[in-house]
Amino acid sequence: MTTPDVHRAIDAVWRIESAKVIAGLTRITGDVGTAEDLAQDALVAALERWPESGVPDNPGAWLMATAKNRAIDVLRRGKLLERKHEELGHELEARQESPERELAAALDDHVGDDLLSLMFTACHPVLATEARTALTLRLLGGLTTDEIARAFLVPKATIAQRIVRAKRTLAAARVPFEVPRGAELAARLASVLEVIYLVFNEGYSATAGDDWMRPALCEDALRLGRILADLVPQEPEVHGLVALMELQASRSGARVGPSGEPILLLDQDRGRWDHLLIRRGLAALQRAEAPGGGYGPYALQAAIAACHASARTPEETDWTRIVALYDALAQLQPSPVVELNRAVALGMAFGPAAGLEVVDTLTSEPALEGYHLLPAVRGDLLDKLGRFAEARAEFERAASLTRNARERTLLLERAARARVDRR
Amino acid sequence: MRFMIVVKATKESEAGVLPHEKMLTDMAKYHEELQKAGVLLDASGLQASAKGWRIKYSGQKRTVVDGPFAEAKELIAGYTMIQVKSKDEAMEWARRFPNPALDGTEGEIEVRQLFELDDFGPSEAVERFRKIDVG
Repeated sequence: MTTPDVHRAIDAVWRIESAKVIAGLTRITGDVGTAEDLAQDALVAALERWPESGVPDNPGAWLMATAKNRAIDVLRRGKLLERKHEELGHELEARQESPERELAAALDDHVGDDLLSLMFTACHPVLATEARTALTLRLLGGLTTDEIARAFLVPKATIAQRIVRAKRTLAAARVPFEVPRGAELAARLASVLEVIYLVFNEGYSATAGDDWMRPALCEDALRLGRILADLVPQEPEVHGLVALMELQASRSGARVGPSGEPILLLDQDRGRWDHLLIRRGLAALQRAEAPGGGYGPYALQAAIAACHASARTPEETDWTRIVALYDALAQLQPSPVVELNRAVALGMAFGPAAGLEVVDTLTSEPALEGYHLLPAVRGDLLDKLGRFAEARAEFERAASLTRNARERTLLLERAARARVDRR
Repeated sequence: MRFMIVVKATKESEAGVLPHEKMLTDMAKYHEELQKAGVLLDASGLQASAKGWRIKYSGQKRTVVDGPFAEAKELIAGYTMIQVKSKDEAMEWARRFPNPALDGTEGEIEVRQLFELDDFGPSEAVERFRKIDVG
């Protein structure tokens, strides 16, 4: 292999192994920041040595062993104390007594637990949502700061600082590196799921920028979700989230037109839906049913997506079932956005007037103020009712509210059509 | 992007020899790793070509030829489909694939990237493919 080949191979190894290595090292050092530094050191060592020695047979083990040796060196010299925040010092002193044993224990069969602990740490509620997202993509997704910055269209320095601050916050709050138990588990798991879905959504319908979708982010989120489902298979909502993402991702190829414009669900060419992902989504949905029966909020949304995925034509869509699923979702997780979606389903199942009735109760909802989909939906229902002038005004308002360029174009087109065709 | 790791057939797989415990363990372990990493999409093994057939074309003429077929190395015995971030990552995963030869000697895998329909130019035929769910 030539040196550039080796460097590309190292990138790939890093992508595959970094989360495991960082997780194992965090267990040893008790600090995410130190662990990442050590893992980076090991990466630098690989960049120095592999071009000459070739990529080792088990590169993950090589990285881990190298990082582990550095950890031992650092621990022995007591330097870890300097690298860590003072408040953690005491805890570490206790650990320093038998660093090797600590290491041996840490590296045994803990990979799954370590990864899971790392997910819970990166998504800890002590961090702001933005920090959780950046840290999760960096530590578990193996993304570079640069990649995260590009994905979220913010300057690299902003992301770098976000990550540094997040690590500092975790250390200051003495967040233990563990998988939460009992009652705490549910709340903490919800935070992990939220972060993963947030990443997915940022890729699926970008809130800002010129492109309506950033598929790489969707794939990163799906990958994290699939990893999590393997780590906590007993948690139905994890499968619910994976099902939801697989089913939504199955439509990726159909929801963007040739010049990048969004194509709405009912107008999509269903032949372009990805049937492998649909199959995987439906399988995950089966696993998402809680032991006592019934679905959680993610599984309910996945079940709604499954209704669309199973309809060969838009006309075959079982809107009555979708309304029932939204009813269940509104009970579990009442929110104006769910109501808005329920209104769309009602409009499809029982006519635009039924939908509009619900939408009109939402127009004074403070949480939806500035939310472009409210006027967009209202415009659609008015349009179907033949109230074109009102529809046009709503589409124009929706266009003025969205931050996404592609979506704005689509909404303005609808406004124009309400003006021209139907007078 | 998606890649298919194609496992080539061997004399043993063609003879219908079932994988022994060690091989099953290695394969299970490898696929578990893929799953744990969130990259596994699909995988399956194929039965011996003795249970399959070929259709040979010569202009409009079609001839059915029943298996088995001689040249084992040209045949496939299974596949594993993965979704990864880059070609290099696919290479790294492929490198870790256990030797698929049932007798542990000479085996071969081949890695191919899947076409997305968008890789083809716009065409009416491609549109028709889309409508029959092969995308």
